[in-house]
Amino acid sequence: MATVIIPTPLRKFTENNARLETDETTVKSALRSLSEKYPDLRRHLFDDSGNIRSFLNIFVGEDDIRDRNQGDTPLDSNTVLSIVPAIAGG
Amino acid sequence: MDTRPVLTFQPDVYNRMLDDARKCFPDECCGFLFGEENGANRHFSEILIVDNAKEGDKRRRFSITSRDYMKAELMAAKLNLTLLGVYHSHPVHPAVPSEHDLNVAMPYFSYVIISVYGQDDISVRSWKLNDERQFEEELVS
Repeated sequence: MATVIIPTPLRKFTENNARLETDETTVKSALRSLSEKYPDLRRHLFDDSGNIRSFLNIFVGEDDIRDRNQGDTPLDSNTVLSIVPAIAGG
Repeated sequence: MDTRPVLTFQPDVYNRMLDDARKCFPDECCGFLFGEENGANRHFSEILIVDNAKEGDKRRRFSITSRDYMKAELMAAKLNLTLLGVYHSHPVHPAVPSEHDLNVAMPYFSYVIISVYGQDDISVRSWKLNDERQFEEELVS
């Protein structure tokens, strides 16, 4: 099973779990599955069009999925998938 | 009676944050704040100062790298503290969130803003998203 690391600001939506396991095989299906398990998490992961929110950076191991195959980036049982919020402002 | 959440700072954490804002002026500074919660109130006991990674003009924008964000999460786990918020400065601008601040903000975090008009003309306010994705002010004690 792949491991998903939940960032601190989203843990209130995952019953304070910092790490979750998933048997999904792509990034997008893993995040969808999480949203089904924790419905309040959904709007923080996906925009209105169902795409992964642009203000989130998703890493598979040390690779940003934008440098791999975006949401179709595959997961295997050893993968660590990190959700990293973009911290910025003005 | 004011029922807003109260934020308190360990004095050295507060001073280091203000020193960072002064040092970076007229650019924006940024970093992370760690501590503990007591109900809605928060006490900040540790700080991680990071570089403003925004490319181009840093006087009106800041950005923190994913690497620095992950470093902050690791630091929280190591210190057994909670990553409670982010601070940044508004040089020559009030300590009120901008539209851009709102668009990018995450739930749960305290967004501490330091207004800097000069080396000794500094004020601090803090804001947190509510469930309607609007900022509500927290009281900086």
